[in-house]
Amino acid sequence: MTDLPPTGRFAPGTFTPAPGAGAPLRMLLTHARTEAVLTMRNGEQVLLTLLIPLALLIGLTKVSVVDLPEPRVDSLVPRVFALAVMSTAFTGQAIALGFDRRYGVVKRLAATALPRWLLVGGRVLGCLAVVALQLVVLGVAAALLGWSPSAVGLVWTVVLAVLGTLSFGAIGVLLGGALKAEVVLALANVIWLVLLLAGGVVLTADTLPPAMADAVRLLPSAALTEGLTDALFRGTAPALSTVATLTAWGTAAALLATKTTKLT
Amino acid sequence: MDARRGRDGAHVLGLTTVNTPAVEVSDLVKSYGSTTAVDGVGFEVTPGSVLALLGPNGAGKTTTVEICEGFLRPDSGAVRVLGLDPVADSARLRPRIGVMPQGGGAYPGVRAGEMLRLVAACAANPLDPAWLIDTLGLAGCARTPYKRLSGGQQQRLSLACALVGRPELLFLDEPTAGMDPQARRLVWELVAALRADGASVLLTTHLMEEAEALADHVVIIDGGRVVAEGSPAQLTEERPEAQALRFRARSGMDTGLLVAALPEGCLVTEPSPGGYLVTGTVDPQVVSTVTAWCAQQGVLAEELRVGRRSLEDVFLDLTGRELRS
Repeated sequence: MTDLPPTGRFAPGTFTPAPGAGAPLRMLLTHARTEAVLTMRNGEQVLLTLLIPLALLIGLTKVSVVDLPEPRVDSLVPRVFALAVMSTAFTGQAIALGFDRRYGVVKRLAATALPRWLLVGGRVLGCLAVVALQLVVLGVAAALLGWSPSAVGLVWTVVLAVLGTLSFGAIGVLLGGALKAEVVLALANVIWLVLLLAGGVVLTADTLPPAMADAVRLLPSAALTEGLTDALFRGTAPALSTVATLTAWGTAAALLATKTTKLT
Repeated sequence: MDARRGRDGAHVLGLTTVNTPAVEVSDLVKSYGSTTAVDGVGFEVTPGSVLALLGPNGAGKTTTVEICEGFLRPDSGAVRVLGLDPVADSARLRPRIGVMPQGGGAYPGVRAGEMLRLVAACAANPLDPAWLIDTLGLAGCARTPYKRLSGGQQQRLSLACALVGRPELLFLDEPTAGMDPQARRLVWELVAALRADGASVLLTTHLMEEAEALADHVVIIDGGRVVAEGSPAQLTEERPEAQALRFRARSGMDTGLLVAALPEGCLVTEPSPGGYLVTGTVDPQVVSTVTAWCAQQGVLAEELRVGRRSLEDVFLDLTGRELRS
């Protein structure tokens, strides 16, 4: 505190009511920017969303511990992109939402003029901004390692990254919006690790035993990896099944989340 | 859409019918499992006035406020806030109110200035966030992450977030909890300025002093029920039968003669050595009798005063004197 306020420091009319909601676009952009900036400022989030994918990209390109089709970097980029999307949109989002609820942020914002759709929209847009930044950084790193994607492949990558962010984001909100912050933290990390190792990301579905492969292909992680592999490695359009799988997961999670998400 | 905008415009110009209470609550009931948090609470906030919900911890204050804010649905009872249903009309109500929740309300890593600018962006005609940060003494920590602010600084930021949208009605849940005396005085001044400028305020507090200083109307609740209400003056108004005259003099005086001289119904006790208490209907005649008696005894009655109950006395009389968790 500074000095004691002199009495009558507020000129009459200072607080004359003039209520009303802000412009939707301004609310959306301010909220999204805040979300994105906070993610990038959080050390654990940067580790999860950027450093781990980057380490995997460089490490697995340079060290042949896992059998990969050649050129190694070309086959790694789709998986690392999928991991980056999953880390930010699912794990990062779930944990952030869990703790934001704990700290009363969601309730705080829900008490403003921010419409409910914007409350979600700002988080989604913030997530998309972070994913875009991640993919640019990872793409530049991959290019330095010798990756040279086709233009069509990059267009599909943008489409799949947006779809993947929305789907994984919905699953992240479903998890982070319903449970206690600590439970969210534990589950989001465990699920991330399981999907990374056994969900068709590091080991693609093709390389798994057939019985397991069919089940794994139904996971959003495998669908996103497959779609990106089609677009960037095989040079084709993503298989319809991958798009359908991602869409189904996202839609189901979003519908369920509207019922289960709590403000605190 | 246009019609709605027109109506909101009318509010901005102050054309709302003066008769519509800012908050109107009746027979509110809310239970959590087998615990009844709010049990038939009712009150009204007159537009442009300050109402204090006063009660001990766990009295049901926060539950009542959260029902008014639309965060909780009552089990039964009626709530209208600015003439609207806080749950069903939430989207129309929220742009018009300012909310200061009890504790928390910011991203752990957000800087104080960022948080206030975010909330300001949600309002059509916000106050200047930089001015508000400065006014609330937060200029030195505008770039400090929320989790590293002191409790009092977090409270001031929370208050700034409630004010910034220039609302016509504010809900302040324990606005001065954790604040030092200077900050508390600043909050009191802010609330007085808001009221003077025509905003309505519903605040909760367990500080009698705060309710007495700020409120036009005080509603005392305990165990989820309203146990008393009125202006601070009405609540502390002297009840003739409960008046008391106190004075100090030599200890151990024989008060038999004094009792005999006083009107019937008056009692004289000496609760502490040399501290005398005369209870009953204390009128000027009684005061005169007491001083005359002291003169006869050859003692000077010191610190003689006729007691007016403080709001604290009223509060403690109503809610009990034992500490509760």
